[in-house]
Amino acid sequence: MQNVKTILLNKSVFEDNDRQAEILRSYLKEKKVFLVNVMSSPGAGKTTALISLIRGLSKYYRIGVMEADIDSDTDAVKVAVETGVKAVQLHTGGMCHLDADMTKQGLDEMGTQDLDLVFLENVGNLVCPAEYDTGAHLDMAILSVPEGDDKPLKYPLIFQKCSLVLINKTDTLPYFNFDMQKCRDNILLRNNSAEVIAVSAKNGDNMPEAVQYFKQVIDKFLEG
Amino acid sequence: MHELGIVMHVVKSVEDVAKQNSVQKVVKLRMEVGEVSSVVPELFEDCFAWAKKRTEFLTDCELELIIIQGISYCKDCQNTYPTTEYAKKCPHCGSINTYLVTGNEINIKDIEAI
Repeated sequence: MQNVKTILLNKSVFEDNDRQAEILRSYLKEKKVFLVNVMSSPGAGKTTALISLIRGLSKYYRIGVMEADIDSDTDAVKVAVETGVKAVQLHTGGMCHLDADMTKQGLDEMGTQDLDLVFLENVGNLVCPAEYDTGAHLDMAILSVPEGDDKPLKYPLIFQKCSLVLINKTDTLPYFNFDMQKCRDNILLRNNSAEVIAVSAKNGDNMPEAVQYFKQVIDKFLEG
Repeated sequence: MHELGIVMHVVKSVEDVAKQNSVQKVVKLRMEVGEVSSVVPELFEDCFAWAKKRTEFLTDCELELIIIQGISYCKDCQNTYPTTEYAKKCPHCGSINTYLVTGNEINIKDIEAI
């Protein structure tokens, strides 16, 4: 009979990742590179919103974009063509989220020496990306009108984690039973300090307010 | 399949620990999983059964999941209540000024190795 020994771990599954994320966040802070983790369901308009935000922010900052998908490079090509900023595509190899290590690999591949601001477009998914800290300085969720005002009730963690929520596709409001006030209340129920901005990335409605929010947060970061 | 990503992280962690401790194999893995942690125990077990066959130390590893009850605390009336039944709203006083105390865990508790 072989001796069985018990090894105590008592650690969260996310502990290793959280530690790597913290290291990455401090490293980027030192290098003065602001990292934004963008999360949403598939089809909420992440890429369109990013293109619109980048157009508004590129006169202030040197910007890079990392696009994470299970496969294809359509998003990276689209962002690069539409905005002219540096864009790389990350393939998650079937995984439904990005973790801190994958984020770091992407940043190394892209090179951050000449950048002030990096957007990380996470895999379209409201569950897993919320659980893995990427090392970003700002976590942002995009919720689109056709998804319904009750999304924050169904997927609490992502709204709890994000300090900025864009409610996108407000141009489609006439076609859906979407209660804007109820949606805001549902988001604030999860995170009462969240900034909520309703926009249409497609036609640019209210995007200047979102740009302004970013400018304020990033300037504070770069000064600090 | 959101459980698979978590299983892959767990397997990697345990393999690292097995290596560091120079064991031959890990025969048992005990984990704590909260009721509101977003992990479905049955799916987690299925994913683990698939993943362990592809490891160096865990091929014969038995998985034990200890379920931790979701308990919330109400800041207004200072009572606790079961989260899965009442979610954010306190059943004692109706306040939403509440927070989760336990039930969000996904922890690796311990392993048995030879």
